[in-house]
Amino acid sequence: MLTLTLALRNLLHAGLRTWLNVVALSFSFVAIIFLQGFYDGLNEQVERATVAALYGGGQYWHSSYDPYDPLTLDDAHGVIPAPLDSLIAHRQATPILIRPATIYPQGRFRSVLLKGIDPDQTVLSIPSALLKDRSHGIPAIIGSRMAHSTGLQKGDMVTVQWRDVHGTFDARDVVIAEVFRSTVQDIDNEQIWIPLDELRRFTRTPDEATIVVLGQRVAPPGSVGGWDFRDLSFLLRDLHTLVRMKSVGASILYLLLLFLAMLAIFDTQVLSIWRRRKEMGTLMALGMTRGGVIRLFTTEGALHSILAALVAAMYGIPLMAFVANTGFALPNAADTMGFAIGEKLFPVYSPSLVVGTTVLVCLVTTIVSFLPTRRIAHLKPTDALRGKLS
Amino acid sequence: MQDLPLVVTHALDKTYALGQTTLKALDGIDLAISRGEFVGLVGPSGSGKTTLLNIIGALDVPTSGSAEILGRSVETLTHREAARLRNEHLGFIFQTFNLLPVYTVFENVEFPLLLQGIETGRRKQMVEEALAWVGLADRADSRPSQLSGGQSQRVAIARAIVKKPDVVLADEPTANLDAANSHHIMKTMLQLNRDLHTTFVFATHDEKVIGYLHRTITLVDGRIARDEHAGDSSHS
Ligand SMILES: Nc1ncnc2c1ncn2[C@@H]1O[C@H](COP(=O)(O)OP(=O)(O)O)[C@@H](O)[C@H]1O
Ligand SMILES: [Mg+2]
Repeated sequence: MLTLTLALRNLLHAGLRTWLNVVALSFSFVAIIFLQGFYDGLNEQVERATVAALYGGGQYWHSSYDPYDPLTLDDAHGVIPAPLDSLIAHRQATPILIRPATIYPQGRFRSVLLKGIDPDQTVLSIPSALLKDRSHGIPAIIGSRMAHSTGLQKGDMVTVQWRDVHGTFDARDVVIAEVFRSTVQDIDNEQIWIPLDELRRFTRTPDEATIVVLGQRVAPPGSVGGWDFRDLSFLLRDLHTLVRMKSVGASILYLLLLFLAMLAIFDTQVLSIWRRRKEMGTLMALGMTRGGVIRLFTTEGALHSILAALVAAMYGIPLMAFVANTGFALPNAADTMGFAIGEKLFPVYSPSLVVGTTVLVCLVTTIVSFLPTRRIAHLKPTDALRGKLS
Repeated sequence: MQDLPLVVTHALDKTYALGQTTLKALDGIDLAISRGEFVGLVGPSGSGKTTLLNIIGALDVPTSGSAEILGRSVETLTHREAARLRNEHLGFIFQTFNLLPVYTVFENVEFPLLLQGIETGRRKQMVEEALAWVGLADRADSRPSQLSGGQSQRVAIARAIVKKPDVVLADEPTANLDAANSHHIMKTMLQLNRDLHTTFVFATHDEKVIGYLHRTITLVDGRIARDEHAGDSSHS
C-alpha cells in the first residue's frame, strides 16, 4: 500500500515524462483491442453468412465425397437414406447434388461444379426460388463473381456438358435466370446452381444427392449408413484457418506496437534508475530496504500501464462503441481478402478481449519494469549515496 | 541512561580494494559516543570521516573490529535489520541535502514516518512540529527546487529529527552553505540537542561547525589523532 502510494506520487509528480509514456502505451492498448475486435467481428460475420448460405446446422456427406478431390466427385452421390429423407420432407434439411461439368461461355471451356438444389428449399439462404420459373428453358443462377469471370449475364444461354453415371457425355443449354450477390464465395466461384430435379434427370440419378444440409438448430439424427455427418466445427475449420492467416498481419502490427511501448517503458526505467541512484541511497538511508526500493521502482513502471488503461478507456471506449454500432463501410476491394464480408463490418469487442489484453499488457509492463531494477539488488547504500551504480 | 554509550567501536578497520593495492580508510578506531552528545569527526579530506559515519549509520560494515549501535553489532545485521535500525533510530543529514525532488517539503519530512507506518493524523502533527522547529512551517507546500540551500538543509534537518531518532548523523552539513546559513542551521541543531536531547554526530572540516561542537574527534589518515571536549584539551 505504501509502495503504491509512493509510486503513484513519484509518477504523477514526474509529469510530462510519465504522460508521454502513458499515452504511448494507451495507443498500444487501443490499437490491439481495436484491430483484434475488427478481426473478431470479421470472423463472426463471415462465419454467420457462411453458415446461413452453405453449412446450415451441419452436413451429411456421401461417404465418397471429398471436396478437396474433384476426381472423386463422379462417384460421390447416393440415394438419400430414410432418416434424412424424413427431415427433408419436413423442410428441416435439403439435399444438394454436386456434379463436375464443363461450360462453354463464348466458345471457351471452363470446368465448373454443377449443383442441384431444391427451388423450394428454405434451409439455406441461397436464392434458389429464382429457379422456379422454367418458362425460358432450364433456369440456372450464378453468383456475381462467377458472372464477372465468365462474362455471363442474366438471360444468357450457356451450354453445360457433363458425364452421366455410365460415363457418357451429355450436354444441355441452360438460361441464366439471375445473377445473385452473395458474401459467401463458396456458393459463387466456379459453380452453377440449377434445379435439383433437372440435374438428377440429366445424370440419371433419381432420389440421389451428394450432401444433405441440415437446417440451423436441427439436431442430426445420428449415424446414417454410407453417409458421414460433418458438424459445424469441422466445416468451419478452413474458414477459421483463413481468418487466422489473414489476421497474422494485424498480430505482427500489434506485437510491434506492444514492443515499442515496452521499449519506451524499459528505457524510462533504465534511465530513471540511473538518474535516481542518489535518491535510492537516500531512501535506503531513511530506512527503506533494497526490496522496498525494487518494489517501488517496479510499481512505478507497472503503474504506467494502469494509467494507460485508464487513458485508453477514456478515448477507446467511445471510439470502439461508435464503430461497433455504426460498423465500417468496406470498399469492394475487401473481397480480395479471400472471403467476402457484408457491405459493412461490425467489430466485436468482447469482454474477454478487453480484459485479456489489459491483463497481458499490464503483465508485460510489470516484467519490463522489474528487469532493470535487478541492478538495485546489488547496490550498496554508500555507493548509491556517492552517486555510484555498481 | 546518560552514560550508556550509543555508539561503541573496537579496533575498527576499514580497507578498500584499489586494484592490486588496498587502501586503509580506517585504522584501529576505538570510540564511544554517549547519549546527548554533540560531537564531530573532524579532519582533512580523505581522513575517513564519511567512512566512519557510514559505519555508525549502519550503511556500511567494518572490515575488521566491531561497531555497536544501540547495542547492535552492525557487522552482524542483515540488510533488512540495518534498514530498520536506520528507520527507527537514526537520522541522516547530507552535504547535498538529498531531498526527494518530486515531493513537497511536507512530503519529504513525512517520508520516514510513512515508512514507520504512523497513521495520518499523528503524522501530520509530527511533520508540522518538525517544520516549526526548523522555522519552515510556512513552506510546507513548497518544492525543494523553490528553496534556498539553507532552507533545503533545514528541511533535511526536519526530516532527520521528525521521528525523534536516537542519533542524527550529519556529513558535511554546511559544505554547500554560506556562513550565515551555516551558523543558522548549527544553532538550530544545537537547540534540538538541548531541547530534545538528540545526539548529533558530525563529519566536517568546517571551522564554523567545529566552533559549536561539544566534543571534537580528530581523524588523520584513518586514525584518531585527538579526542577533545570543549573547554579541555585532554588527549585520548
Ligand atoms: N567506496 C570506496 N572505494 C574506495 N575507496 C574509498 C571508498 N570510499 C572512500 N574511499 C577512500 O577512503 C578514504 C576515506 O574517505 P572518506 O571517508 O570519504 O574521507 P572523508 O570523508 O574524511 O573525506 C579516501 O582516501 C577515499 O578515497
Ligand atoms: Mg567525507
